[in-house]
Amino acid sequence: MLKRRPSIKYLLEDRPSDLLAVSGLGSCTWDLSAAGNVPGNFCFIGAMGQAAPFSLGLALAQPQKRIVLFTGDGDILMSLGMLTTIANLAPANLCVVVLDNEVYGETGGQPTATAGCTDLVSMARGAGFSSASEVSRESELQELRDIIRNRNALHFSNVKVLSEALPLVFPFSFDGVTSINRFRDAAVA
Amino acid sequence: MATTQGIDWHADIFSVLVGQNISIVTHVPDAGHGPLLKMCDEAPGIKLVTLTSEQDGVGLLCGAWAGGTKGVLLMQSSGVGNTVNALSLPASCRIPLLTIVSMRGEWGEFVPWQIPMGQGTPGVLEAMGVRIFRINEAHEVGATVEAAANLAFNTRQSAAVLLSQKLIGAKQFKEG
Repeated sequence: MLKRRPSIKYLLEDRPSDLLAVSGLGSCTWDLSAAGNVPGNFCFIGAMGQAAPFSLGLALAQPQKRIVLFTGDGDILMSLGMLTTIANLAPANLCVVVLDNEVYGETGGQPTATAGCTDLVSMARGAGFSSASEVSRESELQELRDIIRNRNALHFSNVKVLSEALPLVFPFSFDGVTSINRFRDAAVA
Repeated sequence: MATTQGIDWHADIFSVLVGQNISIVTHVPDAGHGPLLKMCDEAPGIKLVTLTSEQDGVGLLCGAWAGGTKGVLLMQSSGVGNTVNALSLPASCRIPLLTIVSMRGEWGEFVPWQIPMGQGTPGVLEAMGVRIFRINEAHEVGATVEAAANLAFNTRQSAAVLLSQKLIGAKQFKEG
């Protein structure tokens, strides 16, 4: 089990300028915000289940940019059908990273399906991802960091992280219009 | 060619989409959009994305717009119910969203299970702040879709065109 915040920080350290990052609501948004206030970040604060389709649309619209989605097990479990849609389109510039802490962290730590018998890597493979991996050790993060930056093929990674009570770190704005305007400028630049 | 009142209104919608530089068409398949889907699938400048649930089309088109690309969501009225919380995304961020809805559960409906969501569709969309453009007549289709697209993309609003069951023709079911 990894610590989520240093993991995201490591994955994004000295990131290339063509890398756009999207975070699903809850802990991933606080993690991405803690890793730096960057115009190429878009942080969901609501609309659960929508971070994965948003990232796919972005990847289709900006094939020259690299897109990484950081989202939680709870968020991806709400939009499992998206795994099939993403896998069938297979955009080469998209990397889906689930930070799987096996709980609904924002609502009191109730267990998700991954605390039980559900395996998201198997589900991604079954959906059609030809590249999918589980990451649970620090030594495996380096490969994921390389995939996010350099691999020219769709990838899914399920990063097993601790369930931790961490201080919230807010994105630069809670206002959606302010956030999307800055992000869009960075995305189309 | 599928026509109503002698007008190929599916082709009229397609022309507007091309004129608006729509390059992503997302949908959960519906017979009411059948001829339009075929045109979109065959168009070189359009990517047709088949979804497993209509809500995914909302997020996908918002991400595409953030990347500088325009799209449209084609769905049946029953799919509108699946999009409700997803509509928070374009509403909160004022991202333009254009959807074209083929109506069921109204004019001449045969299937009782279509009634609740068909009748609920305008109210659900209005409750989420979506501007509604309803079409009953074939000759109104092109201009109305154009008007909805202009409102959506120029003023950054969510707009829904409702193609009435009177326009599409009520689906008839026969055993055997």
